[in-house]
Amino acid sequence: MTDVNNTSVVIKGGTILDQRGEQVGDVRIEGGVITEVGPSLTGDRVLDASGCMVSPGFVDLHVHLREPGREEAETVETGSRAAALGGFTAVVAMPNTEPPHDSVAVVQMVRRLGEQAGLCEVLPSGCITIGRAGEVLAPMAELAAAGVHIFTDDGTGVQDPLLMRRALEYAKSLGILLAQHCEVSRLTEGAVMHEGGCCSRLGVPGWPSVAEELMVFRDIELSRLTGAPVHFLHLSTAKSVDLVRGAKAEGLLVTAEAAPHHFTLTDELLSGFDPIFKVNPPLRELTDVIAVRQGLADGTIDAIATDHAPHPPELKEMPLDQAPPGMLGLETSLALSISELGLPLQQVVALLSWKPAAIAGVADRHGRALEVGAPANITVFDPNLAWTVSSSGLASKSRNTPYAGRSVRGKVRHTVFGGNPVVVDGQAQR
Amino acid sequence: MKHLRSIDELGVAGLHRLLDLSDHMAEINRRPVPKVPALRGKTVVSLFFEDSTRTRLSFETAAKRLSADTMTFSVSTSSVNKGESLRDTIETVAAMGVDAFVVRHKSSGVPWQISRWTDAAVVNAGDGWHEHPTQALLDCYTVRTALNRPEGFDGLHIAIVGDIKHSRVARSNVWAFAALGARVTLVAPHTLLPPSLEGWPVDVAHCIDDVVDRVDVLYMLRMQRERMHEALVPSLREYTSRFGLTPARADRLQGHTLVMHPGPMNRGVEMAVDPAELPGSVITQQVTNGVSVRMAVLFDLLGSGSGLAGEAS
Repeated sequence: MTDVNNTSVVIKGGTILDQRGEQVGDVRIEGGVITEVGPSLTGDRVLDASGCMVSPGFVDLHVHLREPGREEAETVETGSRAAALGGFTAVVAMPNTEPPHDSVAVVQMVRRLGEQAGLCEVLPSGCITIGRAGEVLAPMAELAAAGVHIFTDDGTGVQDPLLMRRALEYAKSLGILLAQHCEVSRLTEGAVMHEGGCCSRLGVPGWPSVAEELMVFRDIELSRLTGAPVHFLHLSTAKSVDLVRGAKAEGLLVTAEAAPHHFTLTDELLSGFDPIFKVNPPLRELTDVIAVRQGLADGTIDAIATDHAPHPPELKEMPLDQAPPGMLGLETSLALSISELGLPLQQVVALLSWKPAAIAGVADRHGRALEVGAPANITVFDPNLAWTVSSSGLASKSRNTPYAGRSVRGKVRHTVFGGNPVVVDGQAQR
Repeated sequence: MKHLRSIDELGVAGLHRLLDLSDHMAEINRRPVPKVPALRGKTVVSLFFEDSTRTRLSFETAAKRLSADTMTFSVSTSSVNKGESLRDTIETVAAMGVDAFVVRHKSSGVPWQISRWTDAAVVNAGDGWHEHPTQALLDCYTVRTALNRPEGFDGLHIAIVGDIKHSRVARSNVWAFAALGARVTLVAPHTLLPPSLEGWPVDVAHCIDDVVDRVDVLYMLRMQRERMHEALVPSLREYTSRFGLTPARADRLQGHTLVMHPGPMNRGVEMAVDPAELPGSVITQQVTNGVSVRMAVLFDLLGSGSGLAGEAS
């Protein structure tokens, strides 16, 4: 590992791409911060960036690192490595571990494991309710004091509208953000896949779009009522995107994210009954995919978030109705975003970097323009490099990518986290 | 044909081929010694992860009449109860040398998953709500013989009545009946229909009275009592009043109309009349034909291709 205090690193020969646009130039890093930007810089260590974009590090608002409790699927370390290889310098760890993130002790443990791994900043989310059970509020002030900014019961939504109202009111005074997994669970009992023509033919219980949309609508109105901001996790339906678009037009304090699988894959992939394609919320129809893409294009959806959800092979080989939902995402997010969205590169990077950084409350250190004095959290990627996804080529401890065999374009070459090159030429350095 | 997992992977030609082959098998079954050596040396394993006495016995009878060796694996006696995964179970049994797996499972799609883990042929004996293709074949064969329709079902009108949504029988029969040319009407309240019927070759009626006096086949599905807590119908009494075959409705059936049921029947619910007193009931023939049709399926999957005639003895 590079000693950040005594060694200078220069990212050389790339095109700097940040909030200000594109400019050709080198970046010198010393002591964990950017110390010079300009042509023909020299340093102790040179990272070649020719043909590459040099951008602020990416921030993933939604990853499941599984530790504590499910270390056979992923650990903070293996998930951090996957994140760094995907260009992420910060990830928000979802709270549905065992035990969950409803106490300061667990949150501090996850953060410490992230620091020990040293591959990216692990930002633990906090539970909204104790045990994610939807009954009693978690100690949000204590957790906020311990540095938690995003609170969610992800994996489930907060069903009780009164409890959600109270949580928003309480959160408002703490300056934190509630993030909702939108699913009215009474409408999705036993659900396996999107409710529509495909599930009808396949004879599996459906997850109706309205179960998501009802909660999006409810929480938009609760945000209006309370004046507290709300963030919508993994939007998957066209109507959900419309609801958020309308709320933003009214000036309400709502933000939203979408996952790559919801802008690239449809429910028809489940016709072979392979649980690799089971995810929650489920893959939906082409009209929904198009609407999610449109929402990303017009700014309705603020961020691309992977919902990286590792599961070991034996669980993904269970019968479809028993297999757990979830897909890997960290190492394919950039490539899918570049390959599939058809957006200008700066807009793709905005969705991956500074916009989610602002939502996560880490805009002071992640997603910042590459200026002198900014913390050196930087991603260097080749937007044109074509490669083929292979499940065995991933750093995650699990193998459940739905993209195995898919040809994509765009790959991370180097990731610099806190001034340290943690990924160099596509290889994790620790 | 490599597997029989669904009706649509058979195609129309495959349907006709198996129904024609079933005629030969029925002929064998009428002999004093209903047994041929066609599948001697082949091993057929019944994997029943869900109880089903009649389907399991029907497949085993079919396999034995073709002289195949049969093994039965039922979940209550298996290492599945010790936590073994489905894939490990399949790979372990397959390692003993298996030519075909006959699979029944409560989860839709399990035959597809199994077919990715073994080279043996996979026959779907019912998966979740999804399909039950040999039931559809035996039902088509029953209609074909009872109404003397060897060329197909053009002009026939078949109503399937009851819980379509949760029925693997309906999900196979709709496509088989339609592929053979029949008009298919589903008769059910919307709570018992799939959420979408887009692309299904059917029309829909919402009371059995709309179809009872005009169809050629009245196919009654079992109304499961355990569904009562899911708010799908207000009560079994109300279900019977709109969808049950009552004596008054039986009197309105045309003379040639067949009454069918995949079993087991719920007497007093969907069958509020004694089927023995219905002249058009072919419910017993369905069971008999099941053996012939399953012989045809196993022979088509595992046979040498040299045909039956020379091998029959």
